[in-house]
Amino acid sequence: MASTAAVPFWRSAGMTYITYSNICANLVRNCLKEPYKSEAINREKVHFSVSKWADGKPQKPTIRSDTPEA
Amino acid sequence: MFRQVAHRILTRSTTTYSAGAAATIRRPYSTEVVADASSGDSAFVEAWKKVAPNIDPPKTPIQYMEPRPPTPSTLPSKLTVNFVLPYSAELSKAEVDMVIVPATTGQMGILPGHVPTIAELKPGLLSVHEGNDVKKYFISSGFAFVHSNSYADILAVEAIPLDRIDQAQVQKGLSEFTQKLNSASTDLDKAEAQIGVDVHSALNSALTG
Repeated sequence: MASTAAVPFWRSAGMTYITYSNICANLVRNCLKEPYKSEAINREKVHFSVSKWADGKPQKPTIRSDTPEA
Repeated sequence: MFRQVAHRILTRSTTTYSAGAAATIRRPYSTEVVADASSGDSAFVEAWKKVAPNIDPPKTPIQYMEPRPPTPSTLPSKLTVNFVLPYSAELSKAEVDMVIVPATTGQMGILPGHVPTIAELKPGLLSVHEGNDVKKYFISSGFAFVHSNSYADILAVEAIPLDRIDQAQVQKGLSEFTQKLNSASTDLDKAEAQIGVDVHSALNSALTG
């Protein structure tokens, strides 16, 4: 018994809701006027380190960052 | 032997619950449960006092929560709106007359006494009406929850007042994404271009409308 709920176009293209929402938010932020635009972009900058684990030990971490390395 | 007895007692109590009876026992909605949270769970507090009478019992998370305001029996005159973004609360328990939200099914007006609703929002205009003032925001996407006690929670990822929108950037984006939509090949590219076109045309109509 297949469900017949209508899917939004982005979901049928393989995109998740959160990806859709983030794309919309980025586009809206891009259309801001100047001082607000740089504040918004600054606010959304992230900096984090990710490491995969194997055998109970962390492997080499990768750092993902929007701030330029000083 | 004791394990068998315990098992039989357990199975006996569950089998006396027929499926029909279980189905008719309705769990209360959260607006109906009166959470008397201030004193904490009395059984826990008593057990604590027996073991450690000189130390205050720790507070449990439910004691820090304010109970949900109950559904009034007469129609309230104002809608209480909580309009929040991930980084700030634009409106916190603001009493207004009406809110119009851009739901995926169209512009939806929320008045006091609105039926409880969960609505997914699409990029569009949100307007908050209080007396003669109207405050308008452009929302990127989000959700609106209306509760039976005339509280509305509007959650958006980005919300910008209309005067902060750069018209030139909107036009540029619109033409860029319409072009991308025409030249897109994979489904994902098409979807992204379509999202771009939707957002920019909504921004355009918000500025001109």
